[in-house]
Amino acid sequence: MGKLFSKENCEVFSNPLNLNNPIAVQVLGICSALAVTSQLEPAIVMGLSVTVITAFSNVIISLIRKSIPNRIRIIVQLVVVAALVTIVSQILKAFAYDVSVQLSVYVGLIITNCILMGRLEAFAMMNGPWESFLDGIGNGLGYALILVIVGFVRELLGFGTLLGFQIVPDFCYENGYMNNGMMTMPAMSLIIVGCVIWAHRSINKEEK
Amino acid sequence: MEHMISLFVRSIFVDNMIFAFFLGMCSYLAVSKTVKTSLGLGVAVTFVLLITVPVDYALQMYVLGPNALVEGVDLTFLAFILFIAVIAGIVQLVEMVVERFSPSLYAALGIFLPLIAVNCAIMGASLFMQQRVQMDPETSSQAIGSFGDAIAYALGSGIGWLLAIVGLAAIREKMAYTDVPKPLQGLGITFITVGLMAMAFMCFSGLNI
Repeated sequence: MGKLFSKENCEVFSNPLNLNNPIAVQVLGICSALAVTSQLEPAIVMGLSVTVITAFSNVIISLIRKSIPNRIRIIVQLVVVAALVTIVSQILKAFAYDVSVQLSVYVGLIITNCILMGRLEAFAMMNGPWESFLDGIGNGLGYALILVIVGFVRELLGFGTLLGFQIVPDFCYENGYMNNGMMTMPAMSLIIVGCVIWAHRSINKEEK
Repeated sequence: MEHMISLFVRSIFVDNMIFAFFLGMCSYLAVSKTVKTSLGLGVAVTFVLLITVPVDYALQMYVLGPNALVEGVDLTFLAFILFIAVIAGIVQLVEMVVERFSPSLYAALGIFLPLIAVNCAIMGASLFMQQRVQMDPETSSQAIGSFGDAIAYALGSGIGWLLAIVGLAAIREKMAYTDVPKPLQGLGITFITVGLMAMAFMCFSGLNI
């Protein structure tokens, strides 16, 4: 057990959460990050789906990495990812139909999410299954973290709710507080992600 | 014919791939440093869209859709795998054609040509097409009811993407001379710029054709 949770492995898991965050630092997987974050619930579901798919595709590719011919590796990776995405999409349709309608095509677009291809190419092709699994979970959670931050800000300011429960009390509305309709528009998610990157960079620079 | 023109114009301005759906963001942010290369990539994406969406439309109508291939069988769940295989195959083909007939463009696009295969705009357009096929052309201006509609939609989406990337590249060329706060430089300010551009494009959303 000691070897499984050695220092290097812990770093493989924790680096993508902050210092090497897939969205803020590596700039991977932006498309879906922006589109699903107008409320908190789809953001959480999307983050979890990506985490599961990244972890398992990393493990599968890492297991078969020695038998994939180099020239067709992209197609093999795409097929593995597409099969996993199909499974997740069917599960979502069966158990969380409302959310899967809200996510619409963006579940399918996990296939072309650059985080997956990026991690498969950069990590799983060169490392063992256990390290790849940790790397996948770490990167998926790093992605989910940004999604949850953006979804939190947008739902709180745009609708005055979190996960559908009203947070801003009624007397605020009576005294003239209004929801910021701008936050529900797609354009604002770009600006919020820009600000998150800004904050992330200024904090990490101080640490160095 | 009217419906085709309306689809074409709407997919450029109202349902713009970048500003309304954020599709193809990764290469959009990475390649938009100079106008020249972004124009090349925009043309390549438009071209790949123009081939893949009609092919995927035919697949959806004759293989995947309910009762299409075998009576009583709905193969829609296979769409992800089939679409991505078509896209990867066609990108490979385009790469070979470009290399054979225009080596200079091939060298300029470099790694981004094969990466079009994982550009979300292509996959996204195919999946949106799949959604729109199920709409009723009589009532909805977004429905895709024929092969011509699919071509018009693909061309419009491609040109919308081209317009967005060339516009951003032009702004970024000018922005190189401005004094941006240090942590915001590069990626941060680019995001905020795209956000402001998206707001400008929002004024098209009331457009009725």
